[in-house]
Amino acid sequence: MHIIDRRLNPGGKSLENRQRFLRRAKALVQGAVKKTSQDRDIKDVLEGGEVSIPLDGMDEPRFRREGGTRDMVLPGNKKFIEGDILPRSGDGSGRKSGPGQGDSEDAFRFVLSKEEFVNLFLDDLELPDLAKRKFAEAESEGLVRAGYSTSGSPANISISRTVTRAMARRVALRRPRPEAIAELEAQITEETDEEKKAALLAELEALKAKAKRIPFIDPIDIRYRRFEAVPKPIAQAVMFCLMDVSGSMSEHMKDLAKRFYMLLYVFLTRRYRHVEIVFIRHTDRAEEVDEQTFFYGPASGGTLVSSALQCMHDIVRSRFRPSDWNIYAAQASDGDNATSDSENVARLLTDNILPVSQFFAYLEVGESGTYSFEMPDSALWSLYERLRANGEPLSMRKVRDRSEIFPVFHDLFQRRGTTQERAAS
Amino acid sequence: MSGLLFEGADWNFLTLQRIHDACETVAQKELGLDTYPNQIEVITAEQMLDAYSSVGMPLFYKHWSFGKHFAYHEASYRKGLMGLAYEIVINSSPCISYLMEENTATMQTLVIAHAAFGHNHFFKNNYLFKQWTDADGILDYLDFARGYIGQCEERFGRMAVEHTLDAAHALMSHGVDRYPGKKKLDFREEEKRAGKRRLYEEEQFNDLWRTVPTGPAKTSAVLNVERRRALLGLPQENLLYFLEKSAPRLAPWQRELLRIVRHIAQYFYPQGQTKVMNEGTATYVHYRIMNRLHQDGRLTDGNFLEFLQSHTNVVFQPEFDDPRFSGFNPYALGFAMMQDIERIVKDPTAEDREWFPDIAGTGDEMAVLRDVWANFRDESFISQFLSPALIRQLRLFHLHDDPAERAGILVDAIHDERGYRRIRRELSKQYDVGYIDPNIEVVDVDLAGDRRLMLRHTVVKGAQLNEIDTKRVLQHLADLWSYDVQLTEVDAATDKVLKEYVLNPRIQPAAA
Repeated sequence: MHIIDRRLNPGGKSLENRQRFLRRAKALVQGAVKKTSQDRDIKDVLEGGEVSIPLDGMDEPRFRREGGTRDMVLPGNKKFIEGDILPRSGDGSGRKSGPGQGDSEDAFRFVLSKEEFVNLFLDDLELPDLAKRKFAEAESEGLVRAGYSTSGSPANISISRTVTRAMARRVALRRPRPEAIAELEAQITEETDEEKKAALLAELEALKAKAKRIPFIDPIDIRYRRFEAVPKPIAQAVMFCLMDVSGSMSEHMKDLAKRFYMLLYVFLTRRYRHVEIVFIRHTDRAEEVDEQTFFYGPASGGTLVSSALQCMHDIVRSRFRPSDWNIYAAQASDGDNATSDSENVARLLTDNILPVSQFFAYLEVGESGTYSFEMPDSALWSLYERLRANGEPLSMRKVRDRSEIFPVFHDLFQRRGTTQERAAS
Repeated sequence: MSGLLFEGADWNFLTLQRIHDACETVAQKELGLDTYPNQIEVITAEQMLDAYSSVGMPLFYKHWSFGKHFAYHEASYRKGLMGLAYEIVINSSPCISYLMEENTATMQTLVIAHAAFGHNHFFKNNYLFKQWTDADGILDYLDFARGYIGQCEERFGRMAVEHTLDAAHALMSHGVDRYPGKKKLDFREEEKRAGKRRLYEEEQFNDLWRTVPTGPAKTSAVLNVERRRALLGLPQENLLYFLEKSAPRLAPWQRELLRIVRHIAQYFYPQGQTKVMNEGTATYVHYRIMNRLHQDGRLTDGNFLEFLQSHTNVVFQPEFDDPRFSGFNPYALGFAMMQDIERIVKDPTAEDREWFPDIAGTGDEMAVLRDVWANFRDESFISQFLSPALIRQLRLFHLHDDPAERAGILVDAIHDERGYRRIRRELSKQYDVGYIDPNIEVVDVDLAGDRRLMLRHTVVKGAQLNEIDTKRVLQHLADLWSYDVQLTEVDAATDKVLKEYVLNPRIQPAAA
């Protein structure tokens, strides 16, 4: 009898099958993920969890029979006697279903891990075209392995390569093996016949000379690991969150903005190794604040959007060189702005901000229950609309309700069709 | 030899060894069991879930459906809807038993007795397993299958392999040989036999036979059909075998995949037919071993009580009107029947002597049981050994439900003198694969015409195939056959055609 402890075996034996299942059910699972995430709080959205998908297309059909006359033997008779007629219960066959047939349920429920959930959630999203162009331009150098070379720094000697080559050369040139020499020496000490001994000695000398001529490791054996410099895309990004905190912004509007920012943050962290966030809030003057103050700090005053843009421009100039950083900005506002400020905003955006940003999104938040088509376009909206018409790369959406955040976000970052992509670039 | 095996709930590998040795002594000396060598593997809950999704086998090829089952089991396990089995045992040599790490020492004793001796003996000795499974080769075969399918994926693309496996899985329940095939004679044997027959005919020659009138000669058309069907080996109920051998446009690797799925289905075929016996045997064996260990003072009273509690849970049979009822519990029915046989052998009543003259009062219950375990399957076991006493004890009754005949359900038989045989017959039918699986055969192929494959489902007691599922399965079948497939449902009693399906293959890239 053997006892084997399998507990230490690597886990995840079913991982591959699970991935195949998810791949096959991808469209269904993705739909389920989006549906689930709509009713969730932003903090929980990326926690993974249970989803349920329709079984359509995922079932494993078998030949099954149904109907007809049925006979069954059951245990636990209490009062029946032969010949009794029992009334049929309302739903015909009762709660009987074929054993082992999962398809008696019309939905299939299972649990997704956090990683799987986020992957599926963000799977059909990508950075906008503009960002990709920038992406290719902004480069730094990195090293990757590129085979072997005959020269290099001693630190890069590839020992296994070198030894393998040395061995091949020794075998090819028939370098006498140390064991052969040792054997011969032993033979000589045992040999009594002088004449034979002399012959053996000569042979030994020849072997030793040959071994000396053919070195164990020759300089021509040595190989170095070779590295090549390749351009690497910048792996850091900064995300500017701009928000109007004047009195006209309600808690609900801030909440909408916050949800959008968090999604953007999650999305960026998956694309970039390092993501910084800068919070800029503004009334009629702007300041950089921490997250807590940003969302919850009290503030009051008029509204000057240009102040925030100016602030962002200053911070970019002082801390985030556009050649080193991918710059993303998302602005949330209820759309109010002083009329006199429009020119400043337009100038700042077109001259300073948009040229250095990968992406600039404007999110107009409103009270829930009101519909965008009932509202006249706000001052800021019409201004941005005008800029966009002039070909400035601005993305803008209106959001009233919590449940609209995900669709809007998806809409902004949706993977475009290839034809569109080509037309855009 | 004696002394407590362990105290408390903790165990280590030395404890397991002691437990195994103690169980082995009882199993061999007292019960006379004959087992494969044992291999005991300790696993975690996650590994148990892994094993669930690959039908309990330690290694299996990759396919999404296993991932689906894994996701399903995992979800229900996490939510606490489902407990995990204490063990899984594999019909292989050495016989591998997986034990869960969180079992207490008592539970480990129970499952070692249950799986490593009970199931093990059954696997090694039951005629179905002997006939249909190769315990020595199964793990190697699975290893080959996994490697081969992996290679096919690399060479022919994952999607192509997946489609073929999907189709094969859909037909898996109709990919088994139900009867041992004829031994094929080699040519030399064939020649010898033909020679013998000729000799016999010459010896027996009598010209008078020529004058005996025969029926009308078969027309050449009928002869042609018969010849064609004989050439194709029709009728054939092993659909996967037929496709593997005769589908015109399958690539060789696809045939091999069908073969793999077919072999695996065949390997599991006996398990489906012996659930009651297999579990009954294992439960009876663990019950005997645990009792012996306790009587010999090797288990404390506390541990024995813990065992009794688990054992009672395992052999609990809810009654039909209990909300927990979901058919017969194979453990309960099997164990009850084994104990009943023991009672009949040792302490028979007059009724038992009348019903079981062969075994009643013979005194050696293990000899009788070992013989039963070796030579029966569920269906024959129940129809032979379900005793009136047990029918009364379980208060079995038989319902006959014919919607066409009457509005209600007829109580056809109960546990009385008039009912015993009928109940026994009907219960044994419930376990008869001949009744459980729909009877579907390949009957003909239109070779001269459009190569349509013709199948026939013989409808018994009016139970027709589920339409949606049938269409899906037939679609898979048509894809493999790559020409039209037609399924006719024919009533067994009246020969009336009830329904006809025709499916065309989905367009496939031209096979090489």
